Amino acid sequence: MAVETHLMRKFLNDPAAVVKESLAGLAAAHSDLLRYDVANQIIVRKDAPKKGKVALISGGGSGHEPMHGGFVGVGMLDAACPGEVFTSPVPGQMLAATKAVDGGAGVIHIVKNYTGDVLNFKLAAEDAADEGIKVTSVVIDDDVAVQDSLYTAGRRGVGATVLAEKIAGAAAEAGGDLAKVTDIVKRVNERSRSFGVALSSCVPPASGKVIFELPEGQIELGVGIHGEPGRRRAPLGSASEVVDVMVEAVLSDLKPKQGTKVLAFVNGMGGTPLLELYLVYGEVDKKLRKAGVEPVRNLVGSYITSLEMAGASLTLLELDEELISLWDARVHTAALRWGI
Amino acid sequence: MDATTISSWMREIEASVRAERDHLVQLDAAIGDADHGINMTRGFEAVVQALGADNGSPPGRLLIIAGRTLVSTVGGASGPLWGSALRAGGRVLGDQTTFDSAQLVEVLSAALASVKDLGTAALGDKTMVDALEPAVETLKARIADGEPLAQALDAAAAAAEDGMRGTIPLQARKGRASYLGERSVGHQDPGATSTALIIRGLQRAVSSES
Repeated sequence: MAVETHLMRKFLNDPAAVVKESLAGLAAAHSDLLRYDVANQIIVRKDAPKKGKVALISGGGSGHEPMHGGFVGVGMLDAACPGEVFTSPVPGQMLAATKAVDGGAGVIHIVKNYTGDVLNFKLAAEDAADEGIKVTSVVIDDDVAVQDSLYTAGRRGVGATVLAEKIAGAAAEAGGDLAKVTDIVKRVNERSRSFGVALSSCVPPASGKVIFELPEGQIELGVGIHGEPGRRRAPLGSASEVVDVMVEAVLSDLKPKQGTKVLAFVNGMGGTPLLELYLVYGEVDKKLRKAGVEPVRNLVGSYITSLEMAGASLTLLELDEELISLWDARVHTAALRWGI
Repeated sequence: MDATTISSWMREIEASVRAERDHLVQLDAAIGDADHGINMTRGFEAVVQALGADNGSPPGRLLIIAGRTLVSTVGGASGPLWGSALRAGGRVLGDQTTFDSAQLVEVLSAALASVKDLGTAALGDKTMVDALEPAVETLKARIADGEPLAQALDAAAAAAEDGMRGTIPLQARKGRASYLGERSVGHQDPGATSTALIIRGLQRAVSSES
């Protein structure tokens, strides 16, 4: 596969400084919610550490905004560790974040299942344990496009990450202890499945080149959030046909019972307008009801992006009363806010 | 061999990953996420800088500093993997100021063991192990046979390069490329490619001394 030079128009001063400059902007925009620790390159909830509250941190490569810095605040994350674009952060960032938010009740690392994220968080958790901080780690792996077998690195972590951060964040805010909140993260992960479709590639600022070329009229089914190619390519069909593939991929893996209540999360990859995302949600809603599944909660918007990639992913989460009430609880972050 | 060997090895690596930066990015774009050349260049530039600022540490210590620097600057999977590898190698040498061929074999064997342990990859998974393991095994065998070090290292670097090319027909079982399944076949693994550069860098550093 060739990487072609692509005419790039981006708001940049210096491609090497894009992450730091963006984080400084995030902090300038939301100084009521968070602060930017420049030296450690982490975003920390403004009132952290909260004594006695279980703290949640996450992190990963940049280029997925608003994830994770946009989810730092009341009822969600206590800190975020942004790496370079599409590159895992380093253990030093995670250790600094863990220490900055530890209020004595323990810290949960929410880790998306990518080899780099997993290895770096593993080293950081060992360092934190050496310093006497109680840390649990949960690896999120909800992407059904990747076969989970001995022959792969396992399913990737995608949409369920946002849902887990919101729901577990509410549980921590409500006073849940480390074991309880860790279980909530696991429960959300176990009951979530996702599938993504790309209509275009994306252009990392440092290379200035598209990651992959999609031939005219082709879409990438099962795409990841780093522009990594997916399960297969297929001709671009109507929205209804594409959503059929997404819903089928998720439902056939989740296998919900008739009448199951779900949260349906239609996520934009960065280059698809809300006009289309709501159209997609309309199709999803209709198809789920037809399949006997009840979308009682939803989230529609661009929350885990891949720079300017056009495309969308669908995440379904099987709900119970506790998860519903935690989902509905107050959240006040840059990117998600209700009940405030 | 002494601390100078380690410093010049790291400079050789830095120069070659920088020269091959775009090639590594291209290989990674095909089956990964197009950042391998950028990450390795950033990491080894930092290593050269860190070693330049060092004041007379023994060779083992320099490897540990290099490993720590990679862990703290690279990110991705390569940072922890090469970082742990160099740290494990450095611990073999302790505080001694010089080391011989047999000890170099031990350093590289410890590095390989550390990569396999942390990354849980085996030969044939289409990873850096496919270049590193043949290099280490070749070096070990040649040194045991009494071959001169420069020659043995040249053979080890060639074995790494063979292993690197040997990843082309393989289907990835670890790391991001494994998501592609059969579509990873036909592409050379970027991690194996940078590993071959790293072993070739060692050969150059050692042969420029003799």
